[in-house]
Amino acid sequence: MSANTDTPLLEMRNIEKSFPGVRALDGVSFDLYKGELHALVGENGAGKSTLMKVLAGVYPFGTYGGDVVIDGRVRQFHSVRDSENAGVAVIFQELSLIKELTIGENIFLGREPRRFGVIKWEELYSRAQKLLDELNLSLDPRTPVGHLGIGQQQLVEIAKALSQEARILVLDEPTAALADAEVETLFRIIEGLRARGVGMIYISHKLEEVFRVSERITVLRDGRTVGTQPAKELNEARVISLMVGRDVNDIFPEAEHERGDVIFEARNVTVEDPNVAGKLLVKEVGFKVRRGEVLGIAGLMGAGRSELLMGIFGAWPGRVSGEVYVEGKKIKVSRPSDAIRQGVGFVTEDRKRFGLVLDQTILNNMTLAGLKKLSGRFVTDVDAEAAAGERAKKDLRVKANSVFTIVGTLSGGNQQKVVLAKWLLTNPRVLFLDEPTRGIDVGAKQEIYAQINRLAREGLAIVLVSSELPEVLGLSDRVLVLHEGRVTGEFKREEATPEAVMACATGHTQRAA
Amino acid sequence: MSERANQPATNRPPATADVSPPGAVPEGVEAQGQRFRLPTDSLRAYTMIFALLAIWLFFQWKTVSPLYPYGIFLHPNNFSNLLQQMAVTGVLAVGMLLVIVAGQIDLSVGSVVGLAGGVAAMTQDYGLLAALGLALVVGVLVGAIQGGLIAYGNIPAFIVTLGGMLAWRGVILGFSKGQTVPVTLPFFRWLGVGKLPQEVGAILAVVAIAAVIFTTFTRVRARKRHGLSAPGVGANVLRVVVPAALIVLFIYWMNYGGGMPVPVLVLLAVAVLGGFLTQNTTFGRYLYAIGGNPDAARLSGINIRQYLLAAYCVLGLLVGVASLLHTGRVGSASPDAGTYMELDAIAACVIGGTSLMGGRGTVSGAVVGALIMASLDNGMSLLNVENYMQYIVKGVVLVAAVGFDMLGRRKS
Repeated sequence: MSANTDTPLLEMRNIEKSFPGVRALDGVSFDLYKGELHALVGENGAGKSTLMKVLAGVYPFGTYGGDVVIDGRVRQFHSVRDSENAGVAVIFQELSLIKELTIGENIFLGREPRRFGVIKWEELYSRAQKLLDELNLSLDPRTPVGHLGIGQQQLVEIAKALSQEARILVLDEPTAALADAEVETLFRIIEGLRARGVGMIYISHKLEEVFRVSERITVLRDGRTVGTQPAKELNEARVISLMVGRDVNDIFPEAEHERGDVIFEARNVTVEDPNVAGKLLVKEVGFKVRRGEVLGIAGLMGAGRSELLMGIFGAWPGRVSGEVYVEGKKIKVSRPSDAIRQGVGFVTEDRKRFGLVLDQTILNNMTLAGLKKLSGRFVTDVDAEAAAGERAKKDLRVKANSVFTIVGTLSGGNQQKVVLAKWLLTNPRVLFLDEPTRGIDVGAKQEIYAQINRLAREGLAIVLVSSELPEVLGLSDRVLVLHEGRVTGEFKREEATPEAVMACATGHTQRAA
Repeated sequence: MSERANQPATNRPPATADVSPPGAVPEGVEAQGQRFRLPTDSLRAYTMIFALLAIWLFFQWKTVSPLYPYGIFLHPNNFSNLLQQMAVTGVLAVGMLLVIVAGQIDLSVGSVVGLAGGVAAMTQDYGLLAALGLALVVGVLVGAIQGGLIAYGNIPAFIVTLGGMLAWRGVILGFSKGQTVPVTLPFFRWLGVGKLPQEVGAILAVVAIAAVIFTTFTRVRARKRHGLSAPGVGANVLRVVVPAALIVLFIYWMNYGGGMPVPVLVLLAVAVLGGFLTQNTTFGRYLYAIGGNPDAARLSGINIRQYLLAAYCVLGLLVGVASLLHTGRVGSASPDAGTYMELDAIAACVIGGTSLMGGRGTVSGAVVGALIMASLDNGMSLLNVENYMQYIVKGVVLVAAVGFDMLGRRKS
């Protein structure tokens, strides 16, 4: 189906959106026609999700610049409800279904057919059944959603969108959690929706899929539209170069680290999804790190990077297999304390959720992991602790009036430094860093980069996971690329060009070191 | 708030030893001359102390009579009685605090007081040690069973201990066949109602003051050794003189009323140990971390299950202690002893600023909370307030305390 010549179903004109300190969208334009599937691609943080949240009314009218035009009329969405009424439905990566309720209840949640406030269950379930039939899903609408696999839940979300007579459907990484057979079902349904004239926006990191289903592709980079072209006129390599085209070298201090012996090695690490038996998130991944070396792990969302580190650290809730060696000695890690004892530190992602006790002081957070080493096994030495905290605060330049400031009141960058200090105070030999600069301002990022270089110079082995490709390339001596849980490439610092790494990260090419 | 919190060094809060047992407060905090917990935590502590003083003065004023022209409420004759009454709740509150701080709860406490006290009373024939020891063993055993089910069985604490509340009450009813057992051993009785000879009180005061001096000066030396700035001479003197004066006043007061009640001494010991446990041990620190953010605690290498189990065992031990104080005071063990005590203990914690969500609360706060509750009880009884009204007032105070706390927190 070629692009229609009549007015587009949706037009987003010059959308601008800023957050404190960050310009997330800087004049993005995007359009969508009836029955079209328009793919939106870009690196993590390029602005895709922000753009979709503007469309969905998550950011209400007035908090962004530019116009959202549907059917030729400028719309002002003040809430998600408004955008739903205009026919927009977004299926986010985190599904928004209630597991305890049935399929039918979920589809009509908040819009149950009723008379005088009494729900008409027969009508609700017969209408739900009809929707499921239209999607060729052989499911009973009275089944609780929690009994379904993730893939089927996603399809229920689509049914819900259809029940709202959505004409614009946003699919955000719809295949991330799906098995291959489920992906085929999804694509079949997409074809059906296309025939019904639904316009779809498809966000995905999997370029192969993007080329398979989309008519047009728009590439975003750093909050700007880099280009919109028919998929036929593009290929994967071209899209990759559009995604990354940017100068990397200016913000990273040139750091050539003295590398010593291999201090840490992981072999054949396999990590299973705790919710879906048999689904492997990491498949037989191995790597080595030397003293004083920074090993970067690149990959797109869902490539299994955090899962790999969590698995090695003994913190993954699902099944993990593989071997870990510290200084050539095989170690057994069944819980985080085992790894910590062997000198592994782990600056986890999402500091508020996994890293900090927000109600407590800087000092208490800094000493949490290394408390027993710092101040005795049972009775703590308050002064030794305070002294260590003061030193760490100074070394890492945590900006706070005292180590007794409550961590929750600090800025993101300073919170991140506290998490880093926590792990340095365990005296690690190898340090995992997972998204160490997520959500912090540029100045604080530079400071964290400087710290990483300092630590490597001092002989620490570092494994760095980051969604920001320039960060990985700028800091690492060696880069490992993951795609769908497998190693698809390994690069030395000088060979690691953004294009080459991104090609491996999207599964376009494979490459050995 | 961190940005504008650049307060001058003179804005240092006074020593907090009047609120908490020595060693329970992480000192050295003030040594930097900037302490930013003041707006939240310390302010809350001071508000609580002021509320307590206000309640005391109110009852003192209301109990003025020709016989007691200055009021009877704070008179040692009444007040040592009040403290004796609160000792049981206070000991339970310290134990309860440990599990609440870790984000858990225990509703079985009252029933276990009945069970452990009953076991002690029924085993008096086997000797004092057997009787008292068995009460403690029962407490710890119950704690281990319930803690094990919560930590390793993944059953919510509310459910496990609600079940415990019913089941343990049933156990003691079965054991005792519904009979009330009198306390016959003199020492057992003394635990609940005895008073320390005045000389012993004086010796205790001296020992306590010596301990305050010793800890203050070893802290100064330790801080210097670690290269931290140490407080000046004036601050140190203040830090010794204020608690010392309070200790002397307290002992004098108790001696004036015939000597310090034994249960009060037990409560003080439990509070000091509890304060030390929460503030100066890895165990205590981990409990706060577990209650504050279990994910972060787990990823920092803390074995959550093990520490939860330990917290319930310590609580169980304190429940055993409380059951002895209670049984000794009443003079007999009845199968319905201890009913509703879990609620008093939880209320004491909450009034004392403990968050039921976990991660926040202090031993000193819980003890002051218990003191506020006991003061209300005692004062209203003196004023012949009718029973129904007493319940209503206590309920309102509980909700109001948390309401004010929330208001203050939202502002900050």
